[in-house]
Amino acid sequence: MFYREAGDFSTTYAEDQQTFPIKFDRYRYYVVLFIAIFVIPFIINDYWANSLLVPFLIYAIAAIGLNILVGYCGQVSLGTGGFMAVGAYSCYKFMTAFPDLSMFVSVLLAGVVTAAVGVLFGLPSLRIKGFYLAVATLAAQFFLVWLFNRVPWFYNYSASGQISAPERDTFGILITGPNTEAWATYLFCLIFTVGSALVARNLTRGSVGRKWMAIRDMDIAAEIIGVNPLRAKLTAFAVSSFFIGIAGALFFSIYLGAVEVGEVFGIQKSFLVLFMIIIGGLGSIFGSFAGAAFLVLLPVALKVVGVDWLGWPTDIVAHLQLVIVGGLIIIFLIAEPHGIAQLWRVAKEKLRLWPFPH
Amino acid sequence: MPEQLAFTIEVFLNGLMAGVLYALVALGFVLIYKASGIFNYAQGVMALFAAMTLVGIQNGQVPFSHLINAIFGTDVHSFGWSVHSGLAIVFTVFVMIALAWMVQKFVFRHLVGQEPIILFMATIGLAYFLEGVADLMWGSEIKSLNVCAAEGACLPQGINMWIDETTFTAFGYGFFIDNLDIVASIVAAILVIGLVAFAQYTKQGRAMRAVADDHQAALSVGVSLNFIWVLVWSLAGFVALVAGIMWGAKSGVQFSLSLIALKALPVLMLGGFTSIPGAIVGGLIIGVGEKLFEFLIGAPFLGGATENWFAYMLALLFLVFRPQGLFGEKIIERV
Amino acid sequence: MKMKLATMAVAGLMVAGPVMADLVFPSLSYRTGPYAAGGIPFADGYADYFTLLNERDGGIGGEKLQVPECETAYNTEKGVECYESLKGTGGLVYQPLSTGITYQLIPKVTADDIPMLTSGLGRTSAKNGKVFSHVFNFPANYWDGASVAVKHMLDEEGGDLKGKKISLVYHNSAYGKEPIRTLQELSKKHGFELTEVPVDHPGQEQKSQWLQIRRDKPDYVIMYGWGVMNQVAIQEAANIRFPMDKFIGIWWSGSENDVLPAGAAADGYKALTFHNVGSDYPLYDDLKTHVYDAGKSAGAGDQSGTVLYNRGMYAAMLVSEAAKTAQEIHGVSAITPGQMRDGMEALNITEAKMAALGLPNFGPEFQVSCDNHGGNGFAAMTQWDATAKEWKLISDFVQSDQDIIQPLIDEDSTAYATENSIEPTCK
Repeated sequence: MFYREAGDFSTTYAEDQQTFPIKFDRYRYYVVLFIAIFVIPFIINDYWANSLLVPFLIYAIAAIGLNILVGYCGQVSLGTGGFMAVGAYSCYKFMTAFPDLSMFVSVLLAGVVTAAVGVLFGLPSLRIKGFYLAVATLAAQFFLVWLFNRVPWFYNYSASGQISAPERDTFGILITGPNTEAWATYLFCLIFTVGSALVARNLTRGSVGRKWMAIRDMDIAAEIIGVNPLRAKLTAFAVSSFFIGIAGALFFSIYLGAVEVGEVFGIQKSFLVLFMIIIGGLGSIFGSFAGAAFLVLLPVALKVVGVDWLGWPTDIVAHLQLVIVGGLIIIFLIAEPHGIAQLWRVAKEKLRLWPFPH
Repeated sequence: MPEQLAFTIEVFLNGLMAGVLYALVALGFVLIYKASGIFNYAQGVMALFAAMTLVGIQNGQVPFSHLINAIFGTDVHSFGWSVHSGLAIVFTVFVMIALAWMVQKFVFRHLVGQEPIILFMATIGLAYFLEGVADLMWGSEIKSLNVCAAEGACLPQGINMWIDETTFTAFGYGFFIDNLDIVASIVAAILVIGLVAFAQYTKQGRAMRAVADDHQAALSVGVSLNFIWVLVWSLAGFVALVAGIMWGAKSGVQFSLSLIALKALPVLMLGGFTSIPGAIVGGLIIGVGEKLFEFLIGAPFLGGATENWFAYMLALLFLVFRPQGLFGEKIIERV
Repeated sequence: MKMKLATMAVAGLMVAGPVMADLVFPSLSYRTGPYAAGGIPFADGYADYFTLLNERDGGIGGEKLQVPECETAYNTEKGVECYESLKGTGGLVYQPLSTGITYQLIPKVTADDIPMLTSGLGRTSAKNGKVFSHVFNFPANYWDGASVAVKHMLDEEGGDLKGKKISLVYHNSAYGKEPIRTLQELSKKHGFELTEVPVDHPGQEQKSQWLQIRRDKPDYVIMYGWGVMNQVAIQEAANIRFPMDKFIGIWWSGSENDVLPAGAAADGYKALTFHNVGSDYPLYDDLKTHVYDAGKSAGAGDQSGTVLYNRGMYAAMLVSEAAKTAQEIHGVSAITPGQMRDGMEALNITEAKMAALGLPNFGPEFQVSCDNHGGNGFAAMTQWDATAKEWKLISDFVQSDQDIIQPLIDEDSTAYATENSIEPTCK
């Protein structure tokens, strides 16, 4: 009824190939983008930016990055935290070594550095597969964290080994440091998130993405039909690490402002991002957003309901929160094993037919 | 005997002991993975849950007392009795069996035939859930764990004097071996022998191996998958309890106990996900490897604290040459 | 489509805060996660003291007090969320009880004009109030702790540490690395040999570290640990028969939680503290009548009298005294966070004041000023008695070696000031 493609004709190849071929989908996408860019920045305050939207946007980038590797290329990685740390520390080094550099450039360069490191740690994937690879990427995770903790050059020889983001701007607008405006940090992250989503979406639809998916579905068969597994896997590692590096850089410079590597980019972070994409849906850009939303916003929502509205003790709420999140994951799985993205697809299918299901 | 050599041997022996403790955790993973193809992320939390339940029963703590007090405004904490360790262990085993049954009934029965990644994800949900329930049930403060067979006959701690003195008279340097580690090694040996015997000589054990080999074939000859899976989860729960006791005796029972799972992952990689002897040998190699590296290279040249990443690097190195782990089943791929 | 999800998920959740009229002392607690065992007693003590003030005195200066609690689980991201959500309630002063969260909040509180107190933790060079205008770390900091520990050794060794070996076992994080610089300076001054032994989070397995200590046979071991690392370290020290009275922990490694799991083996273990221990104070009688017996105690109510409970209570006492000072300075009872900062900077803790509060000889005397946000660096030594299961104060409050520490503080704070282009001034 509300959601249908009737009367929606494509007359050119370009129209046929666009990301949202259905008009309703497309308009809804434009509306969401419009609200995100032109409405939210005017009503946003510190709380919404710092505790909900900015972390959500950053986690979404990380989830997109990991989804490329795990969801599209089938290489399970648990090194996300370590790669985010590479992004954060290289961003810090760029920020302090070149104070006049625009934040855009610093963050992008951090992504490039991370991509290089990602390729390096992606090499074992050529021999190791499945869960074995997942555990092998943990080597990257632990080694990188140890390295950043150990070598003082990375944290500019500060007494405690923490790195904190100095004030930096882009086009004259403060982006990092304590005196930033909520809308500025939000918009800065939004640009990167939308950019990452667009790039990822188009990469995965193109020849590169098809090669990744061929490797994921069956690597030997892919090799036989002419996909070079070395290149496919390493490009997946590179692109994925690039996004994860950007996420790490933003996480440090915009969101937290100060970072201690073991605590912020520890193994828990790797698991968290992996949970996001599994819950959201493997091999789906929307799933990355949905998963990030689920694991960033749900705990806060539960906390607000439990503590602020119902007035329960904080520890009971925190424990119940774990129980509810865990329970929901299991319930979702039993209802729909392929994540929130699949639920969404099913819902869309239902909506298309509604109210005449037959 | 030159001092450096004596030190190295001591580190080597302690590495073996640490390896046994890692293997104990890894064993639980292997049991479940072998029988059902599930990579059980919740194994660490299960160890925590089991240890907390054991302590709670021993001390006669009222389950969910904090929640009950918060809701009803009451002030209950303890039943006022304390339970003998042996009895408490039996009760805890029953709790773990009940848990296994519930996990099977409410979660995995509905997910039969799904891809491994989805089953893995279900165990993530389970880990969250169990962690919350454990804290709600027994409270999140630290508890000390004493398992005693009788008054004064508790789990031993501290240096083994006999080894210390014997080696001192023999080599001029007394080796340090922790009594608890010796007990843990004996327990682990008994556990592994028991498990292997169970798998080889009992009807249920054979059924378990049949399921591990081929679900459908096992089903067609009349093996109840449901029963086998409950059995396997119960066994994993029991292994988790043993691991929880051994680790909890050292550090007290608290949240961090669930993090011991991280120590088991390189062991699994090295030994293979599907092999019980692999878990043991893998544990020993990782334990010895990381301790020796820390002693010979890590602490003197790299500033220490290298054990965590070195364990993974070592495992990675092995995997490059043998991608299915030391004892894992060879991965046969066909197009 | 992405934003729709985000907005939908949080649509109805406008943050409902407490009424603005009261004085709000937010509590960033952690009752869950790997460090819960340390967070629970502190949060209970913090809340109970304010409950007592409300019940007994009707608040501070006639203003009722509120202690909204927010669970951080020792996680920096949750810490940020808590800070932002409590900021809207007009929180007067933050005490995060986590070095990681402190580092994050230092620039934020300064920009938002809200003071922060990090007693015995956080960034040590925040003692320099000219650079860190909104951050306070009285009465003592990590470097004071290291120095007082060395002084204690000097006392025991008859004033000479030449050729002695000291090992530092530390949590391999920002917190654990803090004392290294100070100890290196001190080792130059006193001629002892320092070995650094890092332990990675969480510290469940420390066999290598303690075998190393067994081989090195140091004369003393200093520990900067937190969470499970403490319990394991004390157990391992007992295992290798390291003499417990030569094993000295910082104040975060000296609570009942840390020694109880090791049982009798932990007897004699020493730890620093910057406040007194035990429950033998007149204030506890008031707490019993007004809080415990009235059924108003925070949490499970079973932490009373423990070291960390006392520390939470002490922290609450310090900020409530600062609030009183602020009320006097500004002549209003409903103070703002900015006025609270002035109160903290003018805080003067004297023995007479503490005795009047029912806490005689509970902590060192100190006077805060713009130059000195960190007190005078007095700390005392406590020792664990495993048979009586209690901590005993075994020394007076001793001042740290200011000749060593002050230059380090100046150096580090100047570096921070240049990095963040802050002009050091007094407000």
